[in-house]
Amino acid sequence: MTAQIPYDHEVELNSVLERCLAAARETGIPARGELPEDYVGALGHFPVYFPEEIAHAGRLLPVNILGGGNRLEMKHADARMGSFVCSICRSTTELGLNGSLEGLAGFVTHPICDAAKHLAGIWARNLPEQLSQILYLPQNPNTPGAARYIAAEYQRLRAEIERKAGRPIDDEALRASIRIYNRNRRLLRELYAIRRDEPWKVSCTESYLLTRARTRMPCEEHNALLARALDAIRSRKLPAQDKPRVVFVGGFCEQPPLEMLEAIDDACYVVDDDLLVGLRWLTADVPETGDPIWALAESYVERSDASPVQHDEHKTKEGYLMDMIRRSRADGAILTAAKFCEPGLDEQLAWSKHLDGERFPYLVLEFEEKMTSFEQMAMQVETFAESLLFALA
Amino acid sequence: MNTPVADAAVAAAEFDPRLDGQRLMKDWYAQLDTANERNAPVANVFVMGNAIEILRAFDFELVFPEINSLQTGVRKASEEYIQLSEDYGMSPDVCSYVKADVGLILKENRHPAGRIPKASLAVASNMCGTFIKWAEIWERWLKTPTFVLDLPGQRCAGWQVRPGDAQHAADARWVEAQFQDLIAKCEKITGRKFDMDKLAEVEERVNQMVHHWNNVMALNRVCPAPYNAMLDGLTFIGIMNVYRGAPEGVEFMRKLEEHLKAKVARGEGRVAEERFRLLFSGTPCYVSMRRLVELFETWGGVFAYSDYLTFAAGGMDAAELTYDTSRPLESLAEVTALAAQRGLSNQFFAHERLARQIRDYAVDGVVFHGIKSCRFVSSGMADTREFISRRLDVPTLYIESDLIDPRYWSDAQIKNRVDAFFEALHQRGGGPVNRKAAETER
Repeated sequence: MTAQIPYDHEVELNSVLERCLAAARETGIPARGELPEDYVGALGHFPVYFPEEIAHAGRLLPVNILGGGNRLEMKHADARMGSFVCSICRSTTELGLNGSLEGLAGFVTHPICDAAKHLAGIWARNLPEQLSQILYLPQNPNTPGAARYIAAEYQRLRAEIERKAGRPIDDEALRASIRIYNRNRRLLRELYAIRRDEPWKVSCTESYLLTRARTRMPCEEHNALLARALDAIRSRKLPAQDKPRVVFVGGFCEQPPLEMLEAIDDACYVVDDDLLVGLRWLTADVPETGDPIWALAESYVERSDASPVQHDEHKTKEGYLMDMIRRSRADGAILTAAKFCEPGLDEQLAWSKHLDGERFPYLVLEFEEKMTSFEQMAMQVETFAESLLFALA
Repeated sequence: MNTPVADAAVAAAEFDPRLDGQRLMKDWYAQLDTANERNAPVANVFVMGNAIEILRAFDFELVFPEINSLQTGVRKASEEYIQLSEDYGMSPDVCSYVKADVGLILKENRHPAGRIPKASLAVASNMCGTFIKWAEIWERWLKTPTFVLDLPGQRCAGWQVRPGDAQHAADARWVEAQFQDLIAKCEKITGRKFDMDKLAEVEERVNQMVHHWNNVMALNRVCPAPYNAMLDGLTFIGIMNVYRGAPEGVEFMRKLEEHLKAKVARGEGRVAEERFRLLFSGTPCYVSMRRLVELFETWGGVFAYSDYLTFAAGGMDAAELTYDTSRPLESLAEVTALAAQRGLSNQFFAHERLARQIRDYAVDGVVFHGIKSCRFVSSGMADTREFISRRLDVPTLYIESDLIDPRYWSDAQIKNRVDAFFEALHQRGGGPVNRKAAETER
């Protein structure tokens, strides 16, 4: 009997991952009758960070709109956006125009870049029945008063969601949502700790799928799924392989195709990354007592991660990359950028110049969510991995 | 003895906006050339959301990296600077202004117009995402102390914020907190105490400039339009930016208004026979601007208005506000917050203001210029065009090139599209007929 336990855990993990893969492939949103119990609608939000707790407390299912991947046929968006706009903005527009997102109660975007801000205008012109908003999270979180400003923005958002959901959001409901999301944050931190400490137990692709599942289901359900997955992962008895440890950066907004992550997994252990960093943006528990809006706003300033699209004088971009490398004891870095992503491309160059100065090995890759050919990229990664292994030998 | 009116007419006649504007720009570059030697504090600022009033109160010399970059284009030197930055590793897919500036750094600040001084401070607002990434380059590479000014923008379509309402008060409070932070940084950098009276003086001059600027913009609602917004207008906004809050700026704008009023009084237009009034949406192509305008003017088309004149001059004309100099800092925050929403970030909901401006300037068509270098103006442009064409039934033209990268200018292709646009306008019976109808309606 005991010999069957690892097998059972593998089956358990596979079943969870299948559920996650289905969620990752899903580009539409649940119809009103298919919404989880107690939910009155769904609220779309664009990367990077969105305070999902507010929508969750209002019983609008937060759905992170992450573009159309590499299986979406573009029929409308090419005529509505310049040829120089990144794939995630174009495919998000396509999903808006082709009816995939027509059941959303609203769509919220952020000042992460100018193309992302334009999505609010595109939504307003083409889907006027939906709430379409730019949530102006501050690019200056350092001036005293930033948390107060964010709190005011969150209150405004809360009122908008209340109007859409047709019900008030009281503080207790918000605190309950914060507790659920705190548990989610703890589980995700645990997942990433395993990646750092025993990377042979869970691949970057698996971890990505497990994280991404939250974008399509209530957080409570995601918590249950993550708990099952973590149990299974901990019980895995996989041998460590001779692969270099690398960090992956550049996946903060547009999503690299799964095949790209799999190609990297084949050659390296990805011991940390910034994939879906918005879902992990708050790095510690949000206070569960007191004013919940203030707790969320203060957490944005005091307990948050970093990304190329958030200026913060206390978190230099090189600083957080080097922290990530040190924390995860990486041997190399994969510096990626999505095609036409201006902040990502600027950052990629700055990172590479910095790592040149540090004499730290790195590989530069450019990707697009819609790419379908990976042989050349796989070869580049393999060559990079070999060079790291030779250097380590 | 001459009457004051006659004196004004003589002065207006002697004033040449282009030559006087060029002289002022030359003077500005000459000042910059010696700024570091004079140990003058120097600030890098952008044209949208820059707190110039505070910086002038500290006597900062102002460097506008966007203007430096566009000047490389005007002087046909941009390709060299852009190429240098691409050789350094910058992507072909990022803003060419940034690349020209990186080229300038690589050329040790040698610019075709003179030497650009090293900045002791950079102020970048969030109105354009690229501003922040650009400032981070100076921050990393040149160790320039950088202040990011976060301006809450227009949150949604139909956003109605009025001076003094709760939303405006909350936004202004956040902006004022940042101004206080910026002032503390300026005091540290310059070693000087902030002088509120001096801020009020600067604001008074900005008030005068904006007053004249609004009148200048309004004068082009007249038919024939006295100036071309995308040629003459570019000189005007250069002065609005570089000399904002300076006595020379006030004087230039005053004379400009007089000069244009005199033209209107004479019934003199920018083109000999104005046949089509157009609105230009987007940024110029500085390497081929004269050529672009020529392609339209040969058909008797004049750009009566361009949104570039609004957002690239800080958005003050859209706010229609003046500073209350009895409470300079609070008022600066209030006006800045409102201008950011009505004149800058409303770019993301461009269909709303374009619909108004099409009426205000009685235009026959809208020309959209999309460029890879400026996603701030270009990302939603094709969709906005669709809205304007289909729902407002206004003829539109969409062309693509770049701000200053000559490799993206395709003369034959653009000429073909412009010619086809005018032919379509003719077929629609556009031009003077439509305009008369619009004037009657107004």
